Parts: sequence; structure tokens; C-alpha cells
Amino acid sequence: MSGGPLLSVRDLSVAFTQGGKTSTAVDHISFDIGKGETVALVGESGSGKSVSALSVLKLLPYPPASHPSGKILFDGDDLLAKDEDGLRKVRGNKITMIFQEPMTSLNPLHTIEQQIVEVLSLHQGMRDQPARKRTLELLNEVGIREPEKRLGAYPHQLSGGQRQRVMIAMALANEPRLLIADEPTTALDVTVQAQILELLDGLKRKNGMSMLFITHDLGIVRRIADRVCVMTKGKIVETGPTGEIFANPKHEYTRHLLAAEPKGRPPATNTEAKAVMVGDEVKVWFPIKQGFFRRTVDHVKAVDGIDIQVRAGQTVGVVGESGSGKTTLGLALCRMISSQGRIRFEGKDIDRLSFKDMRPMRSELQIVFQDPYGSLSPRMSVSEIIEEGLRIHEPSLSADFRDKRVVDSLREVGLDPETRFRYPHEFSGGQRQRIAIARAMVLKPRFVMLDEPTSALDMSVQAQVVDLLRALQEKHDLAYLFISHDLKVIRALANEVIVMRNGRVVERGPSVEIFERPQTDYTRALISAAFRIETAPTGVVSE
Amino acid sequence: MAEALAPAEVEPPVRQRRPWVSPLNQRRWQSFKANRRGYWSLWIFLVLFVLSLFAELIANDRPLVISYKGEILFPVAVAYPEERFGGFLAVTDYRDPVIQDEIKANGWMIWPAIRYSYRTVNNEIPEAAPAKPSWMYSKEQRCAQYPQDAEDENCTLGNWNWLGTDDQARDVLARVIYGFRISVLFGLLLTAGAAVVGVSGGAIQGYYGGWLDLIFQRIIEIWSAIPVLYLLLIISAILPPGFFILLGLMLLFSWTAFVGVVRAEFLRARNFEYVNAARALGVPNRTIIFRHLLPNAMVATLTFLPFILNGSITTLTSLDFLGFGLPPGSASLGELLRQGQRNLNAPWLGLSGFFVISVMLSLLIFVGEAVRDAFDPRKTFK
Repeated sequence: MSGGPLLSVRDLSVAFTQGGKTSTAVDHISFDIGKGETVALVGESGSGKSVSALSVLKLLPYPPASHPSGKILFDGDDLLAKDEDGLRKVRGNKITMIFQEPMTSLNPLHTIEQQIVEVLSLHQGMRDQPARKRTLELLNEVGIREPEKRLGAYPHQLSGGQRQRVMIAMALANEPRLLIADEPTTALDVTVQAQILELLDGLKRKNGMSMLFITHDLGIVRRIADRVCVMTKGKIVETGPTGEIFANPKHEYTRHLLAAEPKGRPPATNTEAKAVMVGDEVKVWFPIKQGFFRRTVDHVKAVDGIDIQVRAGQTVGVVGESGSGKTTLGLALCRMISSQGRIRFEGKDIDRLSFKDMRPMRSELQIVFQDPYGSLSPRMSVSEIIEEGLRIHEPSLSADFRDKRVVDSLREVGLDPETRFRYPHEFSGGQRQRIAIARAMVLKPRFVMLDEPTSALDMSVQAQVVDLLRALQEKHDLAYLFISHDLKVIRALANEVIVMRNGRVVERGPSVEIFERPQTDYTRALISAAFRIETAPTGVVSE
Repeated sequence: MAEALAPAEVEPPVRQRRPWVSPLNQRRWQSFKANRRGYWSLWIFLVLFVLSLFAELIANDRPLVISYKGEILFPVAVAYPEERFGGFLAVTDYRDPVIQDEIKANGWMIWPAIRYSYRTVNNEIPEAAPAKPSWMYSKEQRCAQYPQDAEDENCTLGNWNWLGTDDQARDVLARVIYGFRISVLFGLLLTAGAAVVGVSGGAIQGYYGGWLDLIFQRIIEIWSAIPVLYLLLIISAILPPGFFILLGLMLLFSWTAFVGVVRAEFLRARNFEYVNAARALGVPNRTIIFRHLLPNAMVATLTFLPFILNGSITTLTSLDFLGFGLPPGSASLGELLRQGQRNLNAPWLGLSGFFVISVMLSLLIFVGEAVRDAFDPRKTFK
């Protein structure tokens, strides 16, 4: 079969049967991957791209899943026709896969060495010294520094980027012909994302393997893919070489995806506006306790003396990698965790108030959380979720007017008020985030802390949420504290930017200044990672 | 703020009613029904339980309705003194032929299907107690002890001992019906009580955590190390044994089973983002516990519940078997088993006890399995 494509998916369909109903997740798709080629499968969540990738190795839950039609030819062999035994010889050997979530794809109870050696011994029968030697080679190859020391480490001792590197090492252990990468960088910081993509690209070239890359981010596609398949609603709507798709998109959906980057600029900066939230020298130190009597020996300085001022109608963006203390700072300002340093809200000192004394102020001081799947109680209807705050802060409101407020706020965030008796699981990620925003907005807050509200969302939905937030800010003269690791979103919203690292301010200033003339290497690294997906020299950002 | 938003011309929109069973619970009910064995077990159990709740109308030594001298009387519900029927005792023995003749002469009476209560002694058994089930005797043998032998009108189906009698000549079937009821009620009350105490304890420990959790965990460890059986032996020497004393004593020790499960659920769920979101809204702790966290913990608790229920029933039965349970004379399945063990020549005692207990426990376990399936989000049905 030399000369032909390595993997050829022909007319593949995937259907799921539940409760007697059959739904088609993938509808007659066909694509080829040549030797040494990278093909990207692009689409929003629910478009069937992950399901297609999983069916290549028959990793879907059968029987609910089934393939009504299609063939998957790998080197001329139909993988769909193979039995479990035959598939096991292919899985992890000729075709390997890396997954989205590095936190859960490694077994937390096994060391790095055990996990990599397991793959080696399964398919090559390699054990003991040779296996150890090969493991070290692999870890070196994926850019883990001092691999000898890391062999005995457990997954929780590694950062997210390092874990993903270990996953890649496991995937490469048997020199696969095809690597399937299912959103391998979505859960990572932008800076780490750039490093991982560079690594994957380099390894692919070096080992001459093919890659099937699944993502919702067109920026990544442009950087890594040779050819692109655009998927929506279970169908491939457009296929072509990357350059051509980006230069000359034919299908309407592709154009929609291309236009989906967060756009626009924040409202004009107004330094005269009233400062709603002021923090002086805010510190959050977590004690490290040791010994029998749990004496405090040191502190983890999550936030170490930060001054911040958020004005009405303006946005302060807080940027940094994970672990830089940006969320902790926001939670401290909202008095969700204890902190030192003076915090004033609308001219009133709130840093000494107890949880109970804070309650009347909570209606004006709202938080929108990162994960729209986790932040809505699955057992409450949308209406109950939104009116919960009203019941506490405006208990005198009659049921009918409370309902009216819920309807108004749903309309405000662009959701159909008729859907308010449904439960969160019936909504998409973007809709859920709108519900979370409605829950905050129904109380007419003055200050809203937005903790990475877009990072769990698809690219095109991110843009819509950013537009929504900007419109709400303008309408209600809201003060935003916007926390994100993604500078694209920050640029679209923030008037002032604070760049944080290890609990301290690295750089701060008006948004324009920071983006046009970044002063530090760290900020420059963040910017190049976010806008061009480029890596910085070693040592500037974390791994 | 409310005034600003309520201009007069804006009518509040018509409130839509949400379905009274949430989609989640509908799905659970579907999964429950999909487990056929559990579904049928639930119905069989419910029928048996509801029937046993009306045990007085099924098995009783007093008639349901009497028409006497133009008056309608309900001896099942009201204890009429004997002088009402021309006698002199404080309590009427309706099984007495004299009274029966007196009533028959002045009206009629309707008996329940089984003319024995759990403590009625059958004086007409054909041989020394324990007597075999009535269907094992010929008609002559069966009626030998009645004044008019086979012609006696009391030698009817209603006076049969379907499952024989025990060693005090009491009807086994009647005792089984009453015993089933008391066992299930005891189990339900004990489980409900233990769930209330255990879930609240676990909720508070899990939600607040820290020192409170640490101290209460230690207290529970010490508490559950107390040997319950010895304590019951000692207490039964001091207090008169009774249903509620036994229930209270068992409750003291059975609630700890729930604490671990609920505490673990709360520890896990208290850091969920929607709980943080509720805190950020200023929702008080009490409301967070009840509205956001308890529903999570209830899944684990409900899965656990049928097995605790079975455990409670078994405990009562074994205490009765050992003679430390309900007061002597009460209808109890454990006591029936004990009689079976003592009278190996009367296998109907042990067999009846065995079958009733095993059917009851099996039904409950099958229901429990179906409940577990229903609450398992990963379980799919074709």
C-alpha cells in the first residue's frame, strides 16, 4: 500500500442509541491522512470531531455507540472489522492517542517510570534496564529536564505541561505511525500550549509520523496542520490545505469560525471615574505547617502585596500563568478567602467584615466562575439558580416580580426566557456561561469579578461572551476585574492590565501600553504565546 | 430597587408551571422500571406491607361487624364488655360458643378471613401443641375437639391453622402476618431515624470540616466500639423490654453508618464551583447545606438505605431469636424461629419463619438493587 494514504476514513458514521432513541453523532464523513502529514479536524464542541477520532481506535462505548456505515482503512486494514485482540495490537503501538486532560489521563498511583515502562513491556516485551534506558530517552525527547530525577515522580508532582509531555512520551514509546491528539493543549496555559505544539511538530518531523489533530482553535491549526477538515453537526463541510482554507474559505461555517476571534476594544479609559474597588497591599499567605505541633515554618505567598483599583465602567485585566495568584487575588477582593491589607468597596472598608456582615454587600459584588459546567447546580432549574440571590437580597419581592426579574436578566444575556424551567445539563457551554452571567447580573452588581469566564468555551462562543460582557458593562456602568491567561480576551476588554507572576506584579499599565510596548520578557512571552503561538526562550515562563 | 423595575403598565408575565417531577427523577424512575426484578419486587412488597398494615382486619379473634339486637357493632375497633351480650366479663371472648350463640340468636356477625389474632390460643387443636397445619388432618381429626365434632359450625375454613400452631397453640399464620408488620415498621422507623441523625451529623462534619470534623470522627469511633449486644443485655435487665425502648437503643448505635458516606459527599461537594457561587451570592450556610449539598449526598444515602433497612430487620429478628427483643407474647419472626429451633418435631414453625424472613429480605434487596441502578448515572439500558 506504499504511496497510498496511511489512514483512510471512508463514509464513516457513528450513532448512539439511548432509551430506544438513536442519534447520529457523525454522519458519513471521509478523509485521508498521508504519511508524515498532519491533518486537523476543526469544529466546535458537539460537532463530532472527538467521536470521529475515538472511533479510529474503536474506543467508544459499544453497544450504545455503533457504526451504521463506513470503513477505517489503516495501511489497507479495516480497523472497524477487527476484533478486540487485533485492535489491541494496533492501539498504543501503531496508532497512539493523547487526550485533552493531562490531570486525569495519568494514573495518580503510579510513577512516571511505571507508566511508560508499562507501554514498552506491553507491545515490545521490554523490561528492566533496556526499558529504563528507553524511558530516559523518551523523557529527554519530550523535553523533560533532568529526567533521571523525574522517573520516580508521581503525576501530582508535575505541572500540567509536564504531565502532557509525559503523555506524549507514552504515546511515542512504540514509535507509532499515527498520533491522534484530541485537543492536547486546551487545558493548558497559552505559554505551555505553545511549547507543547512546538514539541509535537518537532517530534512529528523527526520520527516521520502522521498526526490527526483535533481542536476548536483555528490559531493552532494554522500553526501546525498541513490540511484541515472543518466539521459541524457531524459532517465535514470543507477540506483543503491549511493555507487555502485560511486565505479562501468557501463554506459559510468556515468563514464563521475564522471570524470568531474575540474582537473589539474596551470602552474609552476614564481615569476620573469613581473607584469602586480599591485594594492596598493585598496579601494572601497560606501557612506551611510542619512538625508535631503544626508550627508555621513558612508561607506560600499566593498574593504578595498588590495594589489594585477598579473604576466604574472600566475593566482591570489580571494576566498570568496558572499558579500566579490571579484568582486568589480576585477571591480576596471579594472576601471569599481571608487576606491582609486594606480593601475598600464603594468607599467602605470591608476587609474586617465577617461573612455575615458581608452578606448585604454581596448583591453588589458578584463573581462569574470559570467552569460553566461546575458553577451551576445540576439539581436546580435555571429559574431557581438565577432567583436564588434575589430571594436573599430582596426577600420582599413577590414571586411574580421575582420571575419578571429573572426573565429580564435572561433576555439581557441573550437567552430565551421560555427556557428558564429547564435544567443546566440541557444547555451548551456558552449558554451555561450566559446563565452564570445572568445570575450575577440579576442582582444589579457594581463590581463583577470574572474568573476566566471564557477559557472553558469554544473560540466562537468566547467572542460572543466577550461582546456580551462589554455590552453589559456599558449599559450598567459596571466595574470588571477580569482574570485570564489569554491575552486575546484581555485585549478585547481591559483598560488596564496587571501582569502577575508568583503572587507579585511583574508589569502593569494601560492596556495599550502593555500590548504595544511590553517591558519585561515575561509579558513578551505571554503575548507571543497568545497571538502567534510562539514559545519563549527557556526560563522565562513555566513548563 | 423593586419599585424602579415595576412600572404599572408592565404586567408580570404568566408564570409557567414546571413539571412536578424533574427530568432527572423521570430518568431515574425509567431506570428503576427497567430493572424488572426490582420493579416487581417493589410492588409485591408494597402489597404485602399494605395488607399487613391492616392485619387486624385479616387475622383477628374478634368479628369485623356484628348486628346485635338491631344495633351494628364493630368489635374490631371497639372493645365491648361482655355484659353487652348478657355475660359478666370485662372483655368479650367472641370465640366462646355461648357468646356466639347469643349473637346468632339476635343478629349476625362477620368474621375476618382468619379467626385468630397473634396471641389467640386455639383450644380446639386436634393434638398437643404444636399442632400441624389443618390441611394435614382429615375432617374428623380436625373437628374432634369441637363440641359437635364434624357438624360443629365453628369447624370452618376460618378456624383453620393454615401454617399450624406454635407450642402455645397460637396460629402461626396470624403471628407471621403481625410479625411481618412489626419487623418492617421497626426497620423503617429505625432506618428513618438513623438516616435523619446520621445525615445531619455527616453533613455538619463534612461541611464545616476542620477541628469539628476531627473531634466528632473520634467520638464516633469510640461510640461505635461499644459492644451493642452486651449493652442490650444489661439494659434489658433494668428497663422493661418494649418496641420503643428497643428502637431507641438500636437508634443510638445505628446512625453512625450514614455519617461516613454523607461526610465524604459533603467534603467532596463543598468545594464545587456552584457552592462557591452560592457563597458569593451571600447564601447562608444553612441554605447551602440543604439546597446545594444535601441533594448530592442523598444519592449516596438512598443507595445505602435499603441495605440498612434489611440490617435493621435482621437485628430485630436476631434479638428476638436470642430472647432479648420484644416482650414475651409479641408477634415476632425471631421468636418463631426460636420455637422452630426448639421444636424440631414441628418443621412448619422453622420453615414458615425462614420463608417469610427470606422473602421479605430478598424483596427489599431487589428493590435496593434497582434503586442503586436508578441513581447510577453511568448505567445505560438498551
